[in-house]
Amino acid sequence: MNYLKKIAAGAILSMLAGTVLAESHIDPALAGAIKARQAHMSLYNFNLAILGNMAQDKTPYDAEAATAAATNLAALAALSQAGYWPQGSDSASVEGTRALPAIWETYPAIVEKATALSDAAAALAVVAGNDLDSLKATIGPVGAACGSCHKSFRQPG
Amino acid sequence: MRFLRWLTFLVVVGGLGGLWVTRPQPLPDAALSGVTGDAGAGRLVFAAAGCASCHTAPDSAAAELPVLAGGKQFATTFGTFIAPNISTDPDHGIGSWTDVQIASAVMRGVGADGEHLYPVFPYAAYEKATMQDVADLIAYLRTLPADPTPSQAHDITFPFNFRFLLGGWKLLFTSPDWVITGDLTAEQTRGRYLAEALGHCGECHTPRNALGGLRRDQWLAGAPNPLGKGKIPNITPGVLTWSEADIVTYLTSGFTPDFDTAGGQMIEVIANTSQLPDADRAAIAAYLKIVPAID
Repeated sequence: MNYLKKIAAGAILSMLAGTVLAESHIDPALAGAIKARQAHMSLYNFNLAILGNMAQDKTPYDAEAATAAATNLAALAALSQAGYWPQGSDSASVEGTRALPAIWETYPAIVEKATALSDAAAALAVVAGNDLDSLKATIGPVGAACGSCHKSFRQPG
Repeated sequence: MRFLRWLTFLVVVGGLGGLWVTRPQPLPDAALSGVTGDAGAGRLVFAAAGCASCHTAPDSAAAELPVLAGGKQFATTFGTFIAPNISTDPDHGIGSWTDVQIASAVMRGVGADGEHLYPVFPYAAYEKATMQDVADLIAYLRTLPADPTPSQAHDITFPFNFRFLLGGWKLLFTSPDWVITGDLTAEQTRGRYLAEALGHCGECHTPRNALGGLRRDQWLAGAPNPLGKGKIPNITPGVLTWSEADIVTYLTSGFTPDFDTAGGQMIEVIANTSQLPDADRAAIAAYLKIVPAID
């Protein structure tokens, strides 16, 4: 009996260890892709903040800075993200990401949303340097495009 | 034997008494007498109460006159709820319901057949709405298009599929009392009304006990996402340190102060709050500042 108990305990422990390892051990290729897409989001965010602070009258309007940020945003939105989203890098499969499985399950819905962002960012880049009113009038669709994707494809919290 | 008979008798009487106490209690027939609904005002009540967020069809685009065809699914630990058709269709929607029947559903969680409704419909919050607002809301609902899509049955796990149990749930977990009490300014009082009654913020932002009752001592302190992984954030001053102006901007544009955007179901909420007058968003912000801070 004792012998059987030890085997059972050993089996349970090794299964537990297996689970822990599986959770903490992300395939480096997936981890790299997750890091890359999160860095891409940070670049969106940095440039959008420059424009958003002007649009919300929190910083003075600066045509040159607005053009630079909006041009960056448009360039970023036009980049191919094909390599950023490998199968199995969703929030149900690995830790460290809020990318919902719906991205893969409803593909190519996300492509439509990405196109909406690149269109909105391109329109903003054309007029951001004109004056503050033009910036205010065209930043809305950019924010809406961000939100539209976060609504369907980003896990809360 | 005699003892057993007595015991059976007591259990039966107790059970029947319990059913009586927890029976569905619609509003009295005269509840809306003397109150005239105004559809124009009702449009804002509709927005503040977030009706379209759940009752429009899945993936439907925003519309000037929302089509409340239902069909959105809410997979929870109690089973999957499917939002019903509440359009003006007389057969598949609520077009043939009386005003008091609609008001009873909204404020008492009682359907037109006198049955308990599941609290996924936030009547526990709406019970605090004013009769005038509910009358305005009903007047507005009656202006919306009819849609013939049949409502689908919920898929609820045992034992929660027994609706009579919901009477006990209501008894335990609903209350006409405000969560935040004390000496409130007019603006804070308006904010409390929008957040606790119409906006039903607590439904997602307050954690629940094992039976799905809101833990009022943890009001707005964040909770697991009811629809999957992740969590709904703590929005008490213990964590949400944004200024009132920041909160107003967020509820208007969806942008956080550091220019992230809202996501998930909050996008739907902002589609609603962005329709409210600025003063109402400012009132919600003022209210959030007086909620007890929880870290």
